[in-house]
Amino acid sequence: MDDIVVQVLIMLVQVVVLVLAISTGFAYLTLFERRLLARMQNRVGPNRAGPGGFLQPAADAVKLFFKEDVIPTLVDRGVYLLAPALAVIPALLIWAVIPFGCLNIAGDYQACFADPATNPNLHNIFQLADIDIGVLYLLAITSIGVYGITLAGWASNSKYAMLGGIRASAQLISYELALSSAVLAAVMMAGTLSTHEVIYQQMTMWFVIPQLLGFVLFLISGTAELVRAPFDLVEAEQELTSGYNAEYGSMKFALFFMSEYIKMIAISAIAVTLYLGGWNAPGLELLGSLMTGMAGPLVGSIAVGLASFLVFLVKVVLILFLFVWMRASWPRVRYDKLMYMGWKWLLPLALLNVAMTAVFVVVLPDALIHSVALFVASLVVMAVAYVVSSRVKPAPSRSRIKMVQPEVPRRPSS
Amino acid sequence: MELLIQIIFVLISTLILGAAVMVVRTRNVIHSALWLIASFFGIGALYLLLEAEFLAIAQVLIYVGAISVLILFAIMLTHNVTSGEGHKFYQRWWLALLVSLMLFAVILVPTLVGQDWTITARPSEESAIAGAVEMGTAFMREYLLPFEIAAVLLLVALTGAIVIAYEERAQRRRILTLAQELALRKQQQQNHAEE
Repeated sequence: MDDIVVQVLIMLVQVVVLVLAISTGFAYLTLFERRLLARMQNRVGPNRAGPGGFLQPAADAVKLFFKEDVIPTLVDRGVYLLAPALAVIPALLIWAVIPFGCLNIAGDYQACFADPATNPNLHNIFQLADIDIGVLYLLAITSIGVYGITLAGWASNSKYAMLGGIRASAQLISYELALSSAVLAAVMMAGTLSTHEVIYQQMTMWFVIPQLLGFVLFLISGTAELVRAPFDLVEAEQELTSGYNAEYGSMKFALFFMSEYIKMIAISAIAVTLYLGGWNAPGLELLGSLMTGMAGPLVGSIAVGLASFLVFLVKVVLILFLFVWMRASWPRVRYDKLMYMGWKWLLPLALLNVAMTAVFVVVLPDALIHSVALFVASLVVMAVAYVVSSRVKPAPSRSRIKMVQPEVPRRPSS
Repeated sequence: MELLIQIIFVLISTLILGAAVMVVRTRNVIHSALWLIASFFGIGALYLLLEAEFLAIAQVLIYVGAISVLILFAIMLTHNVTSGEGHKFYQRWWLALLVSLMLFAVILVPTLVGQDWTITARPSEESAIAGAVEMGTAFMREYLLPFEIAAVLLLVALTGAIVIAYEERAQRRRILTLAQELALRKQQQQNHAEE
């Protein structure tokens, strides 16, 4: 009985620390993004609160907390209050299966690097739950994330919010397919749905090499899934004020903001786990054996744990940088082009990738050979897709269907 | 431990049944859809309690994540569904009752009668009840034909929906702007009223 109590206590501590860490990560991600965007746009960015703007997130949080909590009169009260929670909870739940390091509490660093099928006594406190179907869990939780946005749009009883919500749900369910198919190919390479095992399978080679096409598709559809620029039509401020969260203020608005950024970190973490080898990096095992030789197995496993966490963090920050970079570089996509791209390019390419992966893995049993073959095939497919897509015009001008030009009254020329 | 599981089971079943009752009790269609989602979620939790993890996650992924979103989407895009009077659901309640009773008699009663209620020992830890691998091999080997038939059925339904939705527009020679579409709609309504 005591054993169970201790386990539950450890788990509770893990959960609390994880949620606090993610919230802090969110706060500093906003600062990271604002400073970086400012840098890319030749501005200075927030630099007044604390040294180099370091306290800006705290100032923002205080401001949002002390704002008046307004509930508009004609909203659907229950759903209106439920929506922000429904947005944040899935964003936090995603983190349950992501291994963000490997600290074996049993004090044996080698368990991290051993085959999980033959060596099951790994108690990694840097992963909340190592379940058999972790990757599927990730997909399931991401797919629930739509509700917060959709319901916020509907419950607000406002045209702008409603349009934003509808746009969001259409976009999310369209890009979810491409996202899941991209993930599916990576899962097929690993032959497992457990996140820890996926990382173990990448010890020799990161999946970004054989699954280059899948990685690119994952990043594109992941950006769309996050409704971030260049796919942020949901909150196109010129058309929709701010979209689904137009009627929300103070902390409720902050919750939407928070869910968006936490999801952004989570998608980066999933990309790292599935394609970039997770917390693993060359030399970690050497560090483990060195520290174990110098100061005993416990110190060794702690050193490996901290170092692997650091590696994971660096990789995640690199992908986050990519997201911010994309936001700074590209203008917003038009809505019909967004749908066009999702259904006519990303989904067929993702399906092709799945078929390609299946065929190569079965036909060429050697891991190295089929990885290289898949890498080459990915490059070829991407090149062909690039050439074809730059030739084909998205407007349906080919056949009898014609676009009607709106008649613009001519200005008298002076 | 057994007691704990039983308590959890009762709680989850109450959630499922309560939510299901609320689906038909609520006047607001969106609220109905939300209760339906809660009910689906409860069923997922029930699978989890049975240690069928794969099935539980698939339930959440498909029913909560995909089908319910489509339901919500359809409700939001349909005219006057959200604001209409809710009495329509009750008009033929006896018919619904009849159909439910018949379904119950046809599907559930034979299962319940045929069930051997003596509880055998739990299967050993090694044999996964419904793991991803087992499900995959079952679908691709033993039950390949039903699986493919279901897939074709879904495809037919999808194509049919598209045809119905685009029948009128596909006959037109060009794409109209929103204003033209609106004008056309008004004209059609007027013609309809004159007839």
